[in-house]
Amino acid sequence: MNAAPLPGRLDEVVEAFAGLPRDVKLELLLDYANGLPPLPEAYADDRGAFERVHECQTPFFVATELEDGRVHLYFDAPDESPTTRGFAGILHAGLDGEAPAEVLEVPADFPSRLGLEEAVSPLRLRGIAAILGVVQRQVRGRLAAES
Amino acid sequence: MDADPAPKLRSYAHPERVVTTEWLATHLDDPTVVVAESDEDVLLYETGHVPGAVKIDWHTDLNDPVARDYVDADGFARLMSEKGITRETTIVFYGDNFNWWAAYALWVTSLFGHPDVRLLDGGRQKWIAEGRELTTAAPHPEPAEYPRIERDDSRIRAFRDQVLAHARNGGRLVDVRSPGEYSGELLHMPDYPQEGALRGGHIPGASNVPWKTAANDDGTFKDAAELRRIYLEELGLGAEDEVVAYCRIGERSSHTWFVLTHLLGLEGVRNYDGSWVEWGNAVAVPIERPGQPVRPPL
Repeated sequence: MNAAPLPGRLDEVVEAFAGLPRDVKLELLLDYANGLPPLPEAYADDRGAFERVHECQTPFFVATELEDGRVHLYFDAPDESPTTRGFAGILHAGLDGEAPAEVLEVPADFPSRLGLEEAVSPLRLRGIAAILGVVQRQVRGRLAAES
Repeated sequence: MDADPAPKLRSYAHPERVVTTEWLATHLDDPTVVVAESDEDVLLYETGHVPGAVKIDWHTDLNDPVARDYVDADGFARLMSEKGITRETTIVFYGDNFNWWAAYALWVTSLFGHPDVRLLDGGRQKWIAEGRELTTAAPHPEPAEYPRIERDDSRIRAFRDQVLAHARNGGRLVDVRSPGEYSGELLHMPDYPQEGALRGGHIPGASNVPWKTAANDDGTFKDAAELRRIYLEELGLGAEDEVVAYCRIGERSSHTWFVLTHLLGLEGVRNYDGSWVEWGNAVAVPIERPGQPVRPPL
């Protein structure tokens, strides 16, 4: 594959999925779902900063923060949606703590590099693209607010 | 296999198509029953499922990998065999999100005329809410003999040109999407990548009854009297009517098809599985939006 390197630690994630049989890919996605950190106390009570991603069939909320020039991602996805949590886990693992410029450079076709089309429906894959879109829009908003 | 005798089910037109969690719990070890989980979320089964249940993934198991269509006779026979299902098996479908994908899987199975298919009232949600057993152990069924049966698309499935003719004849259509999708509003939100239809609105003449209207908050179907009020009295569907139900890709509308056909006993209901993803992207098909003339005219 001659694709340009991905920002942050996303290349590691793509590597992790590469070449795995379909069932094992699903297990790995479940691992990412289980690895998604719980929401910090502060957010548990105040959901104001969260934005809903409508493309996701299930209620799914995203919030980003800029701290010391680093992006922090917060995802609120229900336990009944392990696939969505898996996507959130992937984005968290790949981008949390990275510089805003890195987050904004993630290409829109990133989800297709995971090779999940066989395992996960196209509708679901659009969901992860939508989550990425919301994250990037929020980061742009944070940057604009700071300047 | 006898129908579940639970009182709630007896007022449905076809009580033998629904089972309660109580009934399922007492039939888990019955060798003539196969329980099949079909979820919107492909990982949900792995997090825990009804003991002994197999997984039928609507996306990968029921669809042709090349053509936009369902599996053929060979594909279906192979799938059934893998899941340990014979032609005599009672298949009980259940799943997440109010059984909408379970209803879809049941509908596809009905295209092949599998005789005994049933839905678990309340689905995964009710099973879990009642604290019933879940397991992560995957079953390993013995491959079963399943005959090669040609798929029959003539009775309960509608294709685009049939739907167009139906609309031109003033036929009844039930659009089970949300009001925003029905009106076409949802395709005009800026900044949000949309589902994949170039145009919004609905098929001319369609009524809007969101699919969840048929369900209670706990995921179970409303009782027969309530369903009659919604679909027969308020919506005015007649027992003899030819009805086409649709949504975006035919999954929510399978749920409504199930309600109209098996709970209310209407015999002329078809699911238009192409649904809005097809209609909203098809060239020159007539589209209706509230308060506007149909374009192009029917």
